[in-house]
Amino acid sequence: MTPAIAVAGLGLRYPGRGGHQALSEVSFEIPSPSIVGLLGRNGAGKTTLLRILTGQGFASTGSVRVFGSPPLERDAVLRRMVLIREDQTYPDLKIEQALAAAALFHPNWDAALAATLLDAYELPVRRSIKKLSRGMRAALGIVLGLAAHAEVTLLDEPVAGLDAVVRDMFYQHLLADYTAHPRCIVLSTHLIDEVADLLERVLVIDHGRLVIDALTDDLRGNAVTVTGRTADVDRFVADRATLSRRALGARTTVVMAGRLDQRDRQLAEHLHLDVDYLTLQQLAMHAVDSAAGATLIPTGAS
Amino acid sequence: MRDSGPIFAQIADRLTDEVADGTLAEGERIPSTNELATFHRVNPATAARALSVLVDEGIAEKRRGVGMFVAAGARERLMRVRRRQFADSYVRPLVTEAHRLGLGRQELLALVRDELADLAAAAPAPARSTS
Repeated sequence: MTPAIAVAGLGLRYPGRGGHQALSEVSFEIPSPSIVGLLGRNGAGKTTLLRILTGQGFASTGSVRVFGSPPLERDAVLRRMVLIREDQTYPDLKIEQALAAAALFHPNWDAALAATLLDAYELPVRRSIKKLSRGMRAALGIVLGLAAHAEVTLLDEPVAGLDAVVRDMFYQHLLADYTAHPRCIVLSTHLIDEVADLLERVLVIDHGRLVIDALTDDLRGNAVTVTGRTADVDRFVADRATLSRRALGARTTVVMAGRLDQRDRQLAEHLHLDVDYLTLQQLAMHAVDSAAGATLIPTGAS
Repeated sequence: MRDSGPIFAQIADRLTDEVADGTLAEGERIPSTNELATFHRVNPATAARALSVLVDEGIAEKRRGVGMFVAAGARERLMRVRRRQFADSYVRPLVTEAHRLGLGRQELLALVRDELADLAAAAPAPARSTS
């Protein structure tokens, strides 16, 4: 089946002397339906990538295909996509006008969902978007992003500026709408652990390079922290790849790559070691530390 | 360890527990992928994977167009497996810890006997898991 998004060898170098290499050799495919997390630090290249996917930015090298076609300047393809950016700027419009415009552009626009979400996020439809608080503007982005029911839905930092209660509402709305209308949803976020369970797959970008492309389930459990008496920890992690280490008195905590089998668990128990899986956020952090990243990527990940 | 494995395995474990303790009776419908996804707030693919684990293990069976149901004999099979694993999973750690604490053989057996007595007093019938 044609993937929803196929990116091959994508690179972007800004022109000029010492031009910044914003993206290099980024290749991945995203099937539909799926919810994918695009993770990485500020300036890693996430927004740049999302802009290129929707034809709002240009790549220096490589190709982008959305349902098999390049999105650039193709109205038919662009209408199947929506990108909501964190720094989205709107013309001088009222909320209701922005919604009306979105309804015209997106063929699958769900007016009933938009009304439900407006109500849930308590957005005043007659207010000018310019006068909205940061949180309200983010909530409006969520309404526009979800109600578009676009086959490729790209949400760039959708929860930035929202408090915990509203973020939780968004995750609930996202999941409910996705189960009712499965499609390709990509969301970038800093709050990785909050969304981890919603993500089927994660892409981690660092310094413009794709460092992890894996199923969340495969990634989870690929590294553990081991805590105990230093000598016991050393015995346990001998011959294993360790990612970090810290000690306090006679106790040491080591982050170790690799999975544990039954014998490892028995040994850990025997040595009275505490063993914890890394969260997705911790995994992503270690992955961008390039020396360690390679050991975290599951073998056989497609 | 139970709470830190892959999410699909945790959901599968929980459903398996419910079959083992009779919360989900044989022949009863198991929640659908979307119901599980919404309840546990996980990706539907994760929920689907949990259900496929149950099918692979013969705990659940698919009835086309209707959904997933607890397979006949599933509970009995689970109980057999769990009884086999009981010594490894519970008795050995118990004895190991008792040894570590310097509890003698008689002390340990007395504690187990007390516990059995409490259980019998509290619930005459075999206790059902409360998890």
